[in-house]
Amino acid sequence: MEASHPKTLFDKIWDQHVVERREGYPDLLYIDRHFIHEVTSPQAFDGLRKRGIRVHAPHRTTATADHNVPTLNQHLPIKEKLSRLQVEALEKNCKEFGIDLYGLGHQRQGIVHVIGPELGLTRPGMTIVCGDSHTSTHGAFGTIAFGIGTSQVEQVLATQCLLQYKPKTMRIEVNGQLGKGVVAKDVVLYIISQISAAGGTGYFVEYAGSAIQSLSMEGRMTVCNMSIEMGARGGMIAPDETTFQYIKGRPHAPQGEDWEAALAYWKSLPTDEGASYDKVLRFDADDIQPMVTYGTNPGMGVRISDPVPASAPNMGPADMEKAFNYMGIRPGESLLGKKIDYVFIGSCTNSRIEDLRMVAEFVKGRKKAPDVNVWIVPGSKQVEEQAKAEGLDKIFEEAGFELRQPGCSACLAMNEDKVPAGKYCVSTSNRNFEGRQGPGSRTFLASPLTAAAAAVTGRIEDVRQLMN
Amino acid sequence: MAFTKLISTCIPLPIDNIDTDQIIPARFLKATSREGFGDNLFRDWRYLPGDVPNPDFVLNQDRYSGQVLVAGKNFGCGSSREHAAWALVDYGFKVVVSSEFADIFYNNALNNGLLPVVVEAGVLERLFEQIEKEPGTQVTVDLPNQTLDVPSMGLSVRFEINPYKKDCLINGLDDLDYIRSRSEAVSAYEAQLPAWR
Repeated sequence: MEASHPKTLFDKIWDQHVVERREGYPDLLYIDRHFIHEVTSPQAFDGLRKRGIRVHAPHRTTATADHNVPTLNQHLPIKEKLSRLQVEALEKNCKEFGIDLYGLGHQRQGIVHVIGPELGLTRPGMTIVCGDSHTSTHGAFGTIAFGIGTSQVEQVLATQCLLQYKPKTMRIEVNGQLGKGVVAKDVVLYIISQISAAGGTGYFVEYAGSAIQSLSMEGRMTVCNMSIEMGARGGMIAPDETTFQYIKGRPHAPQGEDWEAALAYWKSLPTDEGASYDKVLRFDADDIQPMVTYGTNPGMGVRISDPVPASAPNMGPADMEKAFNYMGIRPGESLLGKKIDYVFIGSCTNSRIEDLRMVAEFVKGRKKAPDVNVWIVPGSKQVEEQAKAEGLDKIFEEAGFELRQPGCSACLAMNEDKVPAGKYCVSTSNRNFEGRQGPGSRTFLASPLTAAAAAVTGRIEDVRQLMN
Repeated sequence: MAFTKLISTCIPLPIDNIDTDQIIPARFLKATSREGFGDNLFRDWRYLPGDVPNPDFVLNQDRYSGQVLVAGKNFGCGSSREHAAWALVDYGFKVVVSSEFADIFYNNALNNGLLPVVVEAGVLERLFEQIEKEPGTQVTVDLPNQTLDVPSMGLSVRFEINPYKKDCLINGLDDLDYIRSRSEAVSAYEAQLPAWR
């Protein structure tokens, strides 16, 4: 009976990881991979020390320094004292508890959600957690990956388990072929604009359909990354040949017989025919254009050729007005031609080699607009090195773009990479919240292509009109 | 950190989609302890440039006080930072009432003895109206009975909370205590894992 019952990708992985199910309790879920960084882990390690316990399975936790690190002169000590102390605390904690650290100066350092997949630590069928909401990124590999709080970081360190209630499941299909200049970021911004920043609350999302399947791993990571921006616990995509090819040969990928055994398991994961979801949404790739946000949550997005709407799903008039006032934008106006001051290309959403290649291809032979500051912050040392090996750094330099060193940077402006108050930034990151990129900063979320177009024109433009 | 029953006035924040960056901006996440985040709770709404308290913000208005925050829907969306829950607790809040909470924040709150109370959108609306009309409105939050009462409105509603988490809050227990008590099951699970996992 059980064997023939059709199951979703999500249910297969979840059930596989239930250590114990007891009446009246949440499921006790085993966590295969735990990522930590300097900002949300120090209090967890303190908790372990207070309780006098050690890390249960140190080899299942991997650390990096990303949120707080400078993106210039990383070889020098961090100037800002509190940031330095936090990074030092991570180093000390990893040493004391025997955890692998890809810290500042390591040739594999980078944003936690970029290096996990790069290292082959992220593999299909896993449960993955991190004290960071964008842990949903790893779902691109067909994993149950979600962000947790610091108390839960402590629980995972101490036990490799979490207590979890099973969320509802939602299937989001995007069918058809994406048009010229329309990329993964536009797909996910479009979905969120349709269902709002809370449209996925209580659900775990599986993305499917031909437009999703045709995406590269980088593109899939961009889509899954922003699952949290629709309120979902996480998002996932069934593993396929694209996934397997990406993983094969990476430092932590299984080898030989283990690879074959793992591959057989991974191939069994996609949702069975006839399996049901709590909710199904379908979108058509033809309806998607380059997207840009106009407000102060990621649900406030619009197709580049449409005017700024007066209302949005799940938003009241007072909240729309508050956002318009903050952004200095009025409903009915077109964002096309809007003058901007900064362009940030980076973050766990869009800082991978494919993103940088996309930008370089577009800007080759062009120059940035005179009054615009352009920051390109690679997601990892590997991405940085690869970009240099391909000569992308030269293209950026000639265009007047600044290629910096890896970190979360202006996505959350915890380091010195801040957009000044009142200034507009076209950003490839994931959040346009008030002050997210620095107090008073105003953010337009967009794809790397749209950001590149803004960099060379100094305005929000329809990149399709500028492509060769 | 045990919680059973609270009688308190409320502080209203009738804004939807309040994200954790507003609750505690990223630049204040550099501490390595759990204490002191209350000083920077709602920092960029609470203070004008130059660290001048913003008279338009509710935490700076004498007519509102209390340990219950009443906030618009999708409260706590965005970043997973538990610092948001720590900041609310450190400031003195014990309950947050909303019609919808973001998942991660909801869990973080529960893990810090901060009770998130979900009410229907219509109830939230009426509560906002009442608090604006009478800032001294008292509410009673009774966790064992899972009720929110506002006597001056003649309002009494039941709220949902999962029984395990309710028990943890009432008895001041946390997940780690429970998970550690299940170590035999964890060892048995680990023993059957293939090497490649």
